[in-house]
Amino acid sequence: MSLDLPLIWIAVLGVAVCLYVMLDGFDLGVGILFPFARSPRERDAMMSAIAPVWDGNETWLVLGGGGLMAAFPVAYGILMPAFYLPVILMLLALILRGVAFEFRLHGRKRGKAFWTAAFTGGSLAAAFAQGLILGGFVQGVTVRGEAFAGGPFDWLTPYSLLVACGVVAGYALLGAGWMMIKAEDQLHRDARRWAALAAGATAGFLAAVSLATLWIHPRVAARWGFDGQALDFDRLLPLLPIPLLGLAGLALVAYGLMRDRWALPFVGGLMVFLSGFAGLAAGFFPLIVPYDIDFRAAANADNALAFLLVGVAILLPVILGYTAWVYWLFRGKVDVDAHYH
Amino acid sequence: MDALILARLQFAFTIAFHIIFPAFTIGLASYLAVLEGLWLTTRREAFQRLYLFWLKVFALSFGMGVVSGVVMSYELGANWSVFSRAAAPVIGPLLGFEVLTAFFLEASFLGIMLFGWKKVGPGLHFTATVLVAIGTFISAFWILSANSWMQHPTGHAVLPDGSLIAVDWWKVVFSPTFPSRLAHMLLGAYLTTALVVGGASAWRLMTAPTQPESRIALRMAIGMLAVVAPLQLVAGHISGEVVRHHQPLKLAAIEAYWETRADQPLSLFGLPDRKAGKTQFEVAIPGAGALAQGVSRETVLQGLDAWPRSDWPVVWLVYWGFRIMVGLGLAMIGLGLWGAFLVWRGGPERSRLYLWAATLMAPAGFVAVIAGWVVAEAGRQPWVIYGVLRTRDAVSPVGAGQVSASLLAFLIVYAIVFSAGALYILRLLHRGPEEAEQAPKPEDRAPGSALAAPSEAGETPP
Repeated sequence: MSLDLPLIWIAVLGVAVCLYVMLDGFDLGVGILFPFARSPRERDAMMSAIAPVWDGNETWLVLGGGGLMAAFPVAYGILMPAFYLPVILMLLALILRGVAFEFRLHGRKRGKAFWTAAFTGGSLAAAFAQGLILGGFVQGVTVRGEAFAGGPFDWLTPYSLLVACGVVAGYALLGAGWMMIKAEDQLHRDARRWAALAAGATAGFLAAVSLATLWIHPRVAARWGFDGQALDFDRLLPLLPIPLLGLAGLALVAYGLMRDRWALPFVGGLMVFLSGFAGLAAGFFPLIVPYDIDFRAAANADNALAFLLVGVAILLPVILGYTAWVYWLFRGKVDVDAHYH
Repeated sequence: MDALILARLQFAFTIAFHIIFPAFTIGLASYLAVLEGLWLTTRREAFQRLYLFWLKVFALSFGMGVVSGVVMSYELGANWSVFSRAAAPVIGPLLGFEVLTAFFLEASFLGIMLFGWKKVGPGLHFTATVLVAIGTFISAFWILSANSWMQHPTGHAVLPDGSLIAVDWWKVVFSPTFPSRLAHMLLGAYLTTALVVGGASAWRLMTAPTQPESRIALRMAIGMLAVVAPLQLVAGHISGEVVRHHQPLKLAAIEAYWETRADQPLSLFGLPDRKAGKTQFEVAIPGAGALAQGVSRETVLQGLDAWPRSDWPVVWLVYWGFRIMVGLGLAMIGLGLWGAFLVWRGGPERSRLYLWAATLMAPAGFVAVIAGWVVAEAGRQPWVIYGVLRTRDAVSPVGAGQVSASLLAFLIVYAIVFSAGALYILRLLHRGPEEAEQAPKPEDRAPGSALAAPSEAGETPP
């Protein structure tokens, strides 16, 4: 068999992580925007706009973790200890906001207030922790003998804090875009305002993170054709569509907000994330643990990759199919007065 | 304390917390599928009310199971990076298959189950319920397969550099201890659910003896217990025979066989003393060990002395975990047969004693499942992959400070989540199914679908 299994797997994992960020991104974003709702009724509407799909969205994160272990165990075994504290923070935050979907309906006065806060705080903390992990990843991980050899707070730098703020702003943009699609009247107008603010913040952080990355990480900068003094257009040119996609996304958000086209800001937000993801891939491929280990060196045994790939080939299309169907089923404006409890 | 013991404590705590929910929701998903199927075929409203009632309990418990399960997929790498690297070539794909075949299925169709009542027809809604129930089974299949391989690894080879490679996937997935352990676990999950459903119904019937839904649910639970609890005894015995064949050291710890000999005693109670190499204050039946194991009295059964002490598990933990599990299992058989007798003699709700017994036994399934897992997991220590990798060599290069901080955080968050979840579930169970259909108070309103208002959809009159 002449299939390049590690290459296929890095692509599969890339798709999983990208889908996770875009899908859970908007439901975490709705959680981040939760405190800005005008009334408990609006919060109910926001929650029910994501309640049927959040669990499926989060499953892409499990596929990311499980897939990383199954396909690139060396990377899994280095990255998890390297990002130990932010990973644990993310998990705890996801627990609190995940149970809040049901618990909030059962809590009485104080309980309900607590789970409302837990939903917001958990969504915010999960997004922030993911940003810290991303920032730490770009900074690189200290590796010795295929094991993590750095300190417990290596990931904590001004740069990773900046990235974390950017992720929070970006998720808020996705969440606001989603609520523009799902909500009517006052809540829709609020979501439009949130989207405008979040889009401004996202654009600002995106620019700051891009510049900081080129400034602090010369190896990434070299990939993009910046070597400190001169600009290598031959290197930059083929990569130029990536930032252009992000800019087009932001333009689409702005256009959609001005014309109040319901789905355009959300689609624009997705384009921004897609561009960010492609930018990362272009900056790091083939590294999976920056800046020491490439994905081939981290890959699992070929027969394990092949065995699970059979499952992926059959099941991933099925999963995408029924996921799309569920989204189709719950399309349209959210019904604030419908209740199931 | 060092990072190793903290990481072990953390894993034991998070997995024991997690197993509570699958142990309950595996059975509850099947129960919901049965209830919805009965409702669709008989059109009896009582089944629908029971379905809607237990669906709420399911939503609460399933949510806690999902989020505590997400933790596991990252904790393996964070705390046990050496293990995950060593085991990945063999059981990595099994865990991957669990995500692909089970988790997505459960998560996607749960949304339809909870919120799709108005969006899809009854047939499709029933299909969603059945798919979620199937998903819970598939999930149990893969995780038990991976765990069984760690208990008694087969189908792999060790390469010259010490790493593992799978040579026969069939033998990896269906390692010898797997079939009996899977059956034992699934039956345990069914019993756990039956005990909760029975206990909750019994509690309602004490104050409302004519409540029709609770009467039905109690009879269904008794039927399940009367059939499955004795079956579990058989499955447990088969599982024990597999342990004798493949994990004799674990058997020696379970039975506190200190010396290798024929005609072992059957130890009933006592305090296994690892240092002294004997069981203190023991109550034992001499010569009955062979009978319990189903072998002849001449058969030599290995005792702990056949292995170096450094390979022994913590004997008292395994010994007592087993006795708690078996004791509760026997009590479940008793509860099932007693209930069946009462059903035959005119109704279990007429016996207040039985209603109390059923109520008190409601949590017994959880205790038995956790005790059983303690036997399985503590019984293979000090190995994480038996005979291949010791637990102490499997831990991540992470400092004790980080592990203790995260352990503390897990303890706090899980305590909050568990207390609130238990409170909300107990509150629901106390109210009972008869209120499930009443219009919710305005502040209870939650959007999503009209499960609580089927009259709107024209299915049943209010």
